[in-house]
Amino acid sequence: MPRWRPLIGPCLNAVSTMGRKFWAIIGKDLRLEFRGKDIWVTMAAFVIMVALLFGLAINPYTTHLGPVFPGILWLSFLFAGMLAVGRGFEHEAENDALLGLMAAPGDRLSIFAAKLVMAFLFMFSVDLVLSPIVFAFMDQPLAGSLGLYVLVLALGSLGFVSVGTLFGAMAAQTRAAQVLIPVMLAPFAGPVVIFGVQATGAVLHVSSTSSGPWPWIYALIAYDVIFLALPLLLYDYVWEV
Amino acid sequence: MAQTPAVALEFTHVAKRLGSRWVLRDVNFTLARGETAVVLGPNGAGKTTLLKLAARTWTPSHGNIRWFGGEAAESEGDVRIGYLGHASFLYRALSGLENLEFYARLYGLKRPRASAEAALERVGLTAFRFEPVRRYSRGMEQRCAIARAFLASPDLLLLDEPYTSLDLQATGVLDELVRGTTGRGGAALVITHQLHEAERLGDRTAILWQGRIVRSAESGEFAALAAAYRTLFERREHDGA
Repeated sequence: MPRWRPLIGPCLNAVSTMGRKFWAIIGKDLRLEFRGKDIWVTMAAFVIMVALLFGLAINPYTTHLGPVFPGILWLSFLFAGMLAVGRGFEHEAENDALLGLMAAPGDRLSIFAAKLVMAFLFMFSVDLVLSPIVFAFMDQPLAGSLGLYVLVLALGSLGFVSVGTLFGAMAAQTRAAQVLIPVMLAPFAGPVVIFGVQATGAVLHVSSTSSGPWPWIYALIAYDVIFLALPLLLYDYVWEV
Repeated sequence: MAQTPAVALEFTHVAKRLGSRWVLRDVNFTLARGETAVVLGPNGAGKTTLLKLAARTWTPSHGNIRWFGGEAAESEGDVRIGYLGHASFLYRALSGLENLEFYARLYGLKRPRASAEAALERVGLTAFRFEPVRRYSRGMEQRCAIARAFLASPDLLLLDEPYTSLDLQATGVLDELVRGTTGRGGAALVITHQLHEAERLGDRTAILWQGRIVRSAESGEFAALAAAYRTLFERREHDGA
């Protein structure tokens, strides 16, 4: 019998326990969010308010927004994303529930992965639903590939929430989590803003770059891979911060 | 056939540092199957930290902890451990039944709903099972937390001030659950700062003082231990004055 055969059973068992924990947390978080509904309303209102304020400050009907528009779009979405990553661990702060999750069988990676997926679902769905509204506010046509636009939104949101969830886990143990998350996240969100804005500009044909969206999309993919891998290495150390 | 280890929990030279402060120093003890041990100590003595280490939610900075005769995988809880923390670990927006069903899924119980119903019945909360936990009184919430801790019929109970807010009937229920666990070969480690609780529950009691176990005694020697505990307080007050 090969020497690795006895390892298969425990490994499969560990993966199955992690999967069970992951899906249980996802199910519980979805139940809490659909019951509360407040975060959906808050995030939507937040994006609309930011877009509206930009509109009032710039007046899109008298100013040619063109190359600036992707920046406005991404800043609106990233502000909403900050709410999404902060929200992930908010439920667990109540009654010290995070400790209950940590004490349950299954690697803590499953807690982290569930929070990341939930934050991504939040941010991406808000991006998708509110895109037409922001376009309308800013009087911008959706010229270009809709598929590429959605891909850029997905990649940008994934990169943002992956680093955000790591900081969210670190800040969850502190009293000032809601303040700490944006402060810690802002410098790391810089590349997402740059790549996302440039890729969106190229997709919408409002950018001055002639190289097209793909170099920026590849940069977003690279950022996502790095910031999905980094938390996998660090997540075990963040729970006792 | 593999023998069941006689020791449920063993701390060897365990120390825990949080920031720059050593919260626990050189803690040594063993908890045998069938035994209830009580750790007495004032606020800030390190009792809750000790329990978090025993529950595998934190890792020691120094020393070794063994559960049921073996080492644990890092950062992973164990279904054989029932942990009742200082907080209830319950989600206030979910009902008692939904909370317990969620934890039953986390623990991998075969029939989560039925297990949750049975656990709520044991603590007398069947009539309130559909009520959100935010509508529970403090005592009801503690009962529900007890139901959660005993959900998977654990072999090792870790109870942090478990009698807080419980009425006489609920106290009796908890006593019975603890006795039931130790009676079938499990073990219980109870944290309290109440001498009368320690005397009532403990087969063995230890005093945790400024992060160290300074004295321990069997139940027959409790009076001497209680006197030593009072002396420690008097000396502290004297030194403080």
